Amino acid sequence: MPEQPGKSAIEVRGVRKVFGTGDAQVAALDTVSVSIRENEFFTLLGPSGCGKTTLLRLIAGFDFPSAGEILLHGQDIAPLPPFKRPVNTVFQNYALFPHMTVAENIGFGLEMLGKPKAEVKARVAEMLKLVKMEALSNRRTSQISGGQQQRVALARALAPQPKVLLLDEPLSALDFKLRKEMQIELKRLQHETGITFIFVTHDQEEALTMSDRIAVMSSGKILQVGTPWDIYDKPAERFVADFIGETNFLTAAITGMGNGKARATLKSGATIDATVAEGFQPKDNATVVVRPEHAKLTSGKGDLSGTVENIVYFGTDTHIQVRLDSSEAFTVRQQNTRSAGCGFERGDKVGISIGNDAAQVLRD
Amino acid sequence: MASRFDIRRQTGFTTIAMICFFALYLPIVTLVAYAFNAGNSIAIWEGVSLRWFYQAWNNSQVVDASIRSLQIASVAATIATIVATMAALATTRTKPYPGLGFKYAFINQPLMVPEIVTAVALLIFFSRIKIWTDYSGLGYLMAAHTAFCIPFAYLPIRARLENMDLSLEIAAADLYATPWKAFRRVTFPLLWPGILAGLMLAFVISLDDVVITEFVKSGGQDTLPTYMLGQFRRVITPEINAISTVFLLISILIVTVFFFISRKKDQE
Repeated sequence: MPEQPGKSAIEVRGVRKVFGTGDAQVAALDTVSVSIRENEFFTLLGPSGCGKTTLLRLIAGFDFPSAGEILLHGQDIAPLPPFKRPVNTVFQNYALFPHMTVAENIGFGLEMLGKPKAEVKARVAEMLKLVKMEALSNRRTSQISGGQQQRVALARALAPQPKVLLLDEPLSALDFKLRKEMQIELKRLQHETGITFIFVTHDQEEALTMSDRIAVMSSGKILQVGTPWDIYDKPAERFVADFIGETNFLTAAITGMGNGKARATLKSGATIDATVAEGFQPKDNATVVVRPEHAKLTSGKGDLSGTVENIVYFGTDTHIQVRLDSSEAFTVRQQNTRSAGCGFERGDKVGISIGNDAAQVLRD
Repeated sequence: MASRFDIRRQTGFTTIAMICFFALYLPIVTLVAYAFNAGNSIAIWEGVSLRWFYQAWNNSQVVDASIRSLQIASVAATIATIVATMAALATTRTKPYPGLGFKYAFINQPLMVPEIVTAVALLIFFSRIKIWTDYSGLGYLMAAHTAFCIPFAYLPIRARLENMDLSLEIAAADLYATPWKAFRRVTFPLLWPGILAGLMLAFVISLDDVVITEFVKSGGQDTLPTYMLGQFRRVITPEINAISTVFLLISILIVTVFFFISRKKDQE
């Protein structure tokens, strides 16, 4: 997608990263281009080995691209060593200096930049306040809890006021409750500091709840970039649809186009409208995806028909797994109420109606 | 978690342990005890006295040899530790490549080559240099000691480096530390206990050496161990025991000091 020039904090242009030599060569990043806007909470999302951490390391300067450019506010930083880049990192294992106190850790970057002592002290105090760690400033980093170490790591990376903050799966070592707290904390810090955050995670839920925009990566490529809403509701590719949330895949014949939508005829014979990624011309046969919560189960006739195979209760909702007459599997998610069950039983003959604007045609 | 196999419950464990314990320490206890013997024998007890300590203290040969030993050990251990630190950094802060194993072997060569072979080689090599340069000072002994002390200093330093979290150095670089500053502020302070261990080990090894020193030394360059060896060829008096006892105390002191320093560092 076209970007307005000058508005991007980081611009990755045709970056390749190859590890190994000869026959053992592996392309960890296969010609990736992406533009990250200023003051944005941008997430690189993908399974392990997809290249998201490699991309982050290239931006940080811990590795150098085999080809391509990385622009920071228009300047190519790809050949610079890490200590010459106004970019700081929050490491997955925090990498706090064990021989220094909390305050010394936070002040390290400023000290290395040669800032005067008084300025360092003032900034460290400000950072301690920002992450609510004033009381523990003289502790050793081994004497504080995991969540507290996380806060120190954040404060240390934010203290030199980097142009971009890189976060390498920083929440993965925390337990569920602490992780939720830190997600909110991170959003607050990003909002208060106005710094561009580039966040790496494999947790799709974390990506959806925190990001302004997400880049979904797989096998060294960026498959789709968009807002969480775009990514979830309008997945362009099978991998994106499958990796994020639960999805039903339906085979369909494309019988026409109009208003940016495709007319898709399903195996059941029903025809539905499905959105299509911008600029994509679907072929005759395509896969259509429908999220489980965008379909409705009826006891009468719907767009699809089938038999209830299984009912799984999840507290907030119930997943009803249906075997369609076309032998495809389809799951419907139904909000629970206190008063009654889901209204269906295993073996019931049911219909499924797919709402308006619920279906998306995949690019593959 | 209870271990399934407890060696202390095996039959004969206590007996074997006691035999080993006595075999190790009984001779040393005897040696120390006879240092306080009032008589002239190292085997016949004639009462308690400090006379052999006085005698050793007033024996200029013993004092000279001791000072020489300490001089050589200080210089050799210091240089060996610096070289070993650089070698350890070079062999751990790099991606493994073909030939790295050979370099390990090369650095640790003095541990594998029989000491007597090194000693003879050095004797021949140094005698050539002596002829060319006409220099016959302590430099030869210091150089020789430095060479065989390197692997002893290298091993603990490398162990420490291998256990160190590499992301700490990366984090320092990320926070604007140049490679030199990152080394000084992060790697070196964390490596310090390893360097100290290497230094002390090298120091003790140098202090203790007989074979290489015996071959390399020129006339009048006796170290304490070679002096003691020389004494055995003549009359053996408890003076030797007294010297050994002091030697032992110094070694124990060094090890104890190191133990406390490294323990304090680890707690941080």
